[in-house]
Amino acid sequence: MSENKTLLEVRNLKQYFDINMGFFRSKPLKAVDDVSFSIRKGETLGLVGESGCGKTTVGRSILHLYKPTGGHVIYDGQEISSKESLREFRRKATMVFQDPYSSLNPRMTVSDIVAEPLDVHKLYKTRKEREDRVLELMGYVGLNSEHASRYAHEFSGGQRQRIGIARALAVNPEFIVCDEPVSALDVSIQAQVINMFDDLQDKLGLTYLFIAHDLLVVRHISDRIAVMYLGKMVELADAEEIYKHPLHPYSQSLLSAVPMPDPKTARANKRIVLTGDIPSPLNAPSGCPFRTRCRYARRECAESMPSFEQVAAGHYVACHRVKEIN
Amino acid sequence: MALLEVKDLRTSFFTDAGEVKAVDGISFNLDHGKVLGIVGESGSGKSVTAYSIMQILAPTGRIVGGSVKLEGQELVGADESTLRHMRGNKISIIFQDPMTSLNPTYTVGHQLMEAIMLHTKRNRRQARERALEMLRLVNVNDPEKRMKQYPYEHSGGMRQRIMIAMALACEPDILIADEPTTALDVTIQAQILELMQDLQKKLGMAIIMITHDLGVVAQMCDEIIVMYAGGICERGTADAIFYHPHHEYTKGLLRSIPRDENNGQRLQPITGTPIDLLNMPKGCPFAPRCDHAMKICLTERPEEMRMNDEQISRCWMNVKDGIDAGNITVERSASHV
Repeated sequence: MSENKTLLEVRNLKQYFDINMGFFRSKPLKAVDDVSFSIRKGETLGLVGESGCGKTTVGRSILHLYKPTGGHVIYDGQEISSKESLREFRRKATMVFQDPYSSLNPRMTVSDIVAEPLDVHKLYKTRKEREDRVLELMGYVGLNSEHASRYAHEFSGGQRQRIGIARALAVNPEFIVCDEPVSALDVSIQAQVINMFDDLQDKLGLTYLFIAHDLLVVRHISDRIAVMYLGKMVELADAEEIYKHPLHPYSQSLLSAVPMPDPKTARANKRIVLTGDIPSPLNAPSGCPFRTRCRYARRECAESMPSFEQVAAGHYVACHRVKEIN
Repeated sequence: MALLEVKDLRTSFFTDAGEVKAVDGISFNLDHGKVLGIVGESGSGKSVTAYSIMQILAPTGRIVGGSVKLEGQELVGADESTLRHMRGNKISIIFQDPMTSLNPTYTVGHQLMEAIMLHTKRNRRQARERALEMLRLVNVNDPEKRMKQYPYEHSGGMRQRIMIAMALACEPDILIADEPTTALDVTIQAQILELMQDLQKKLGMAIIMITHDLGVVAQMCDEIIVMYAGGICERGTADAIFYHPHHEYTKGLLRSIPRDENNGQRLQPITGTPIDLLNMPKGCPFAPRCDHAMKICLTERPEEMRMNDEQISRCWMNVKDGIDAGNITVERSASHV
């Protein structure tokens, strides 16, 4: 499925937000701090981490929904910097949002929602062409023509997510950032939407950045998986590899904490339960961000941030002690 | 005698659009020290079941039939003072969102002590001691300081610990946990689940764990109830439900979630959309989405069928399987042939 050609490259991406501390003082919140990775054409890169780790911000910064504080986003060999390159990029890269209730305008009909990107990018010549394209897009996601003139509130969560996906597909994109697209859905509906993502990828040759906190879903859909913690990327490897041999202490405990839907496995599972809470990103620890909860932490971990290094083929880890502890 | 006996419990909400049968005839027993899981999707009636046991339903909701017996004492129709005594002392509940269940305008200590003084005969000083003891029990660091803080000063996991401390302060026999970890991150969820397991062993209470997460029930529960559209599909030990499901909905759920068995394969979703409780079909509520639905499924709702010592199911497929296997023989009269 995945070719080796790199489609998107993210280099030293930084996204800081100024938090107002009152009386002309402000403090930077480092939502994403020096993150680098690349996505190959046709693959699905899963991005996991807990709330506040910056995974959603990575997705949004890539699409320049926020202007990145620093770093480079290179798409298909071209850096996204100028207005023209951004407009070009936005025709190839789109997004599916988590909440199918708030991401669809309640005053617009489904056909207008789906056609909005076509209107914005002026991708049709006649009314008829617009209409045909909308029906084609709705067909992709399993909705039919009679749905077109209805409003979003008339649909169930799963169907709304389909509308959101149809809208994302309108510009004929190559790359889609999927931000928790199934977390708001019921279990029996999740599988329908996950399968749809799979089918669309095969049919349209799409590349996904799939952001989610449900690790079993991410494992199912991803070719490779990246783990984030407090704005930093701590590990990146093939999906199976990271599940079988996680190397970073955080990935190890994160994966062991997933409740497996199988009583025997769940009972036998040796969970590495972390103590304490995730520190506030406003007061991130010095050095390695995970050191305050890491059972292997040493002095060196407080002194410097470990670099994100390749330790085995395609397996990247940011940990000073990765060799000793594994 | 079982600690809690629920028999044919029915709860409806009376809305402008009509009667919504949120819980439609469910029965189960819970013994001392057991962990019972209730799983189902949104709208399946799992939370309403819990609220009906506690009788904390919204004003439009009413228990319309059945019985709930705690240690033999009937709770349905009991007077408010009996219920007040039951809530907190005998049965406690914790909710999904610990932020909205704590009062933001009072300190955590105030709220903990209030609950303790309301339900026991302790004075302020004793209640304070008990509150500190409970916070230590749920592994809250520096409880003295935490007592003086307001809920917003605590993280989600910490708030859920405080809720658990409050729920367990009067040593209830039953703790109902309504999606206690759904709002929490995975590593915090692991902490809370482990804490609940520890406390369950230490204090010996029974737990009713309500969740949509099959992973959580697999890890926590002795017995599991699978609910759909207000009714029980299947009830049995955790192993029976996961390894020998006898209801098409349970089977469908297990096929549709990513797990080790189907790793690398395509998921098999349950087709269709969840049921509209205002337009319930006549037969089995799952029949419109069931791949194996037969004629009888559309016309008659199946009764509970005992599959073995460990399992009860409400699915006509069990009868068909029994006939096919020759375990059930059917007298065929001339009119049926």
